[in-house]
Amino acid sequence: MSDQSLFSIFFSAMVVNNFTLAMFLGLCPFMGVSARVETGLRMGLANIFVLVLTAISAWFLNTYILEQAPYLRIISFIIVIASLVQIVEMAVKKLSPVLFRQLGIFLPLMTTNCAILGLAIFQTNRGYGFLQGVTFAVGAGLGLTLALVLMASIRESVEFSDVPGIAKGTGLVLIIAGTLSMAFMGFAGLL
Amino acid sequence: MRTTSPTQDFVRGIWKENPVLVQMLGLCPALAVTNSVANALAMSGATFFVMSCSSVLISTCKRFIPHEVRISAYILVIATFVTLADMLLQAYAPAQHKELGAFIALIVVNCMILGRQETFSSKNNPFRSLLDAVGTGIGFTIALVMMGGFREILGTGSFLGVSLFGPNFEPWVIMVLPAGGFLTLGFILLAMGVIEQRKKAKAETVTEGLS
Amino acid sequence: MNQENNNQDRIDVDIKVENSETDGTQDAPAPQEVSTFRLVATLAIAGVLAGLLIVLVNLHTKPIIDKYKAEQLQLAVYEVLPGVEQYDTYYLVNDELSASLPDGAKESEFKRVYVGRDGNGDVSGVAISRGESGFQDVIMVIFGFDPFTGKLSGMKILDSKETPGLGDKIFKDMNFVDQFFAGPETPMVGVKIGAGKGQPNEIDMITGATISSKAVIQIINNALAEWKPILDKGIPQAPAKAVSAEETP
Repeated sequence: MSDQSLFSIFFSAMVVNNFTLAMFLGLCPFMGVSARVETGLRMGLANIFVLVLTAISAWFLNTYILEQAPYLRIISFIIVIASLVQIVEMAVKKLSPVLFRQLGIFLPLMTTNCAILGLAIFQTNRGYGFLQGVTFAVGAGLGLTLALVLMASIRESVEFSDVPGIAKGTGLVLIIAGTLSMAFMGFAGLL
Repeated sequence: MRTTSPTQDFVRGIWKENPVLVQMLGLCPALAVTNSVANALAMSGATFFVMSCSSVLISTCKRFIPHEVRISAYILVIATFVTLADMLLQAYAPAQHKELGAFIALIVVNCMILGRQETFSSKNNPFRSLLDAVGTGIGFTIALVMMGGFREILGTGSFLGVSLFGPNFEPWVIMVLPAGGFLTLGFILLAMGVIEQRKKAKAETVTEGLS
Repeated sequence: MNQENNNQDRIDVDIKVENSETDGTQDAPAPQEVSTFRLVATLAIAGVLAGLLIVLVNLHTKPIIDKYKAEQLQLAVYEVLPGVEQYDTYYLVNDELSASLPDGAKESEFKRVYVGRDGNGDVSGVAISRGESGFQDVIMVIFGFDPFTGKLSGMKILDSKETPGLGDKIFKDMNFVDQFFAGPETPMVGVKIGAGKGQPNEIDMITGATISSKAVIQIINNALAEWKPILDKGIPQAPAKAVSAEETP
């Protein structure tokens, strides 16, 4: 069990050490899905859901099964994540076909989303308990969503600006991301 | 059947289809561990190992892997080699292992490796697959070391820990912070875009001159 | 689509993920020449082979890794408990110090202290490690102190992700670090350089990195507050086996 308080874990994961802007996790969807605010928001929420499930599964695996074989951690994590994403995909398809179509390929791509595996690994390394792990997941997910929505809003405005030809595309997105990251640095020291 | 020559398979991944700078794969490690050249090299080395071993193994066994479960099989193989790399790194280079931390495990979800298996190794013989993996690995290393060098030189005034400018250099600290990672890659891409544009303009003037 | 897959083991579930990822909108299944048994068997065999390979390499590397970790811990403990001949690890079991863990218990679940002893086997210092949020992320600190007077004997930063050039001075700035080796009294108070009144429990904070400095001081104070009631109950006699400075491989 780690000594960190729940609030500190939550706030740190969401803002101070934002998963996307400070820890570089979850970049594929960040670059790909962040063109529209609404899509970004929905992707973020789907992520929160998967992240929380992952945190619970990771805690479960760590506590009961991986004790005997810590070296099987990476393999078991990725298998569990792949299964979870599959389940979420089926659920979304059933509950909201519109959302399913909107998210398109990015839903199954959550399997290779660094953020999900990254959360499981960080949670393990820091020795979080059950509640700490879930708080961490919620904070991280909200942080991801925050970064997505911010980036999407900026990109929507940028579309109407006079950007030089070569800068259009990923180069510009990265520089915007860099600026956002700098902005978020302002949160350091709040805890 | 593939019509490219072995040399093409090898050279392609180094620059023209550079995994990081052109295909935009493997961004997470590219940004996260490039705050110093040593870290960039360690990550490149580990990824190189995983990708080469996975490509050769998957190419050798491609006949035994049914199409329906191929991605799961690839992930299983990659995850195994990542676990091995993690253990070996922790035993023989503990300082580097501590620096890279969780990102060694994240090699598993590096789209670049999975992509190579899907597009190449599953359809070609082991030797070609190895060439492809090595070429891509070199491209990855070049991209990471470029970023690592840029960030370390500007951010700490040293290269591989060796101070370049002496004690009076005021380091541009943001370069070794996360924001610096984004900015560095962004500027490199912009620079490449400029070079591409100039090349295109030149080619156009040449053809115009000829016609 | 293949409804039967829902009942099979979770590895089969992966099939659907990747099919939808790479086949896009293609819904009609490929001609079923490959039996489900073969699919499962392939993955199962692959899994077993993978497991074997990992176990083999682990057998080889685990001793090396464990040795390194033990060495690092030893180095750290001796660094913050200068002059100590040997030390024992005591775990907090049911609010009491115990040299051994209950049967079958997991070592990492228990908080612990490292009790240093001099040549006569008497307690000459206690080392504790603790981690709490600093400016950027969690800072892990190990420190040594005299349990009878409460004065510090040393401090070492085990892990820090503080801002390079500013917060990382908590382990790079020797002026700051040396203060913890000069026997300050506890609980300590951080003061800006020049603003101190010369009290024995004052620590000068690093200019431009006050939050990181304060975090280090706070971590130590909190650890002392947590362990004082337990240590005051008395430290058990040295157990039969103790880790000695000379035995370092």
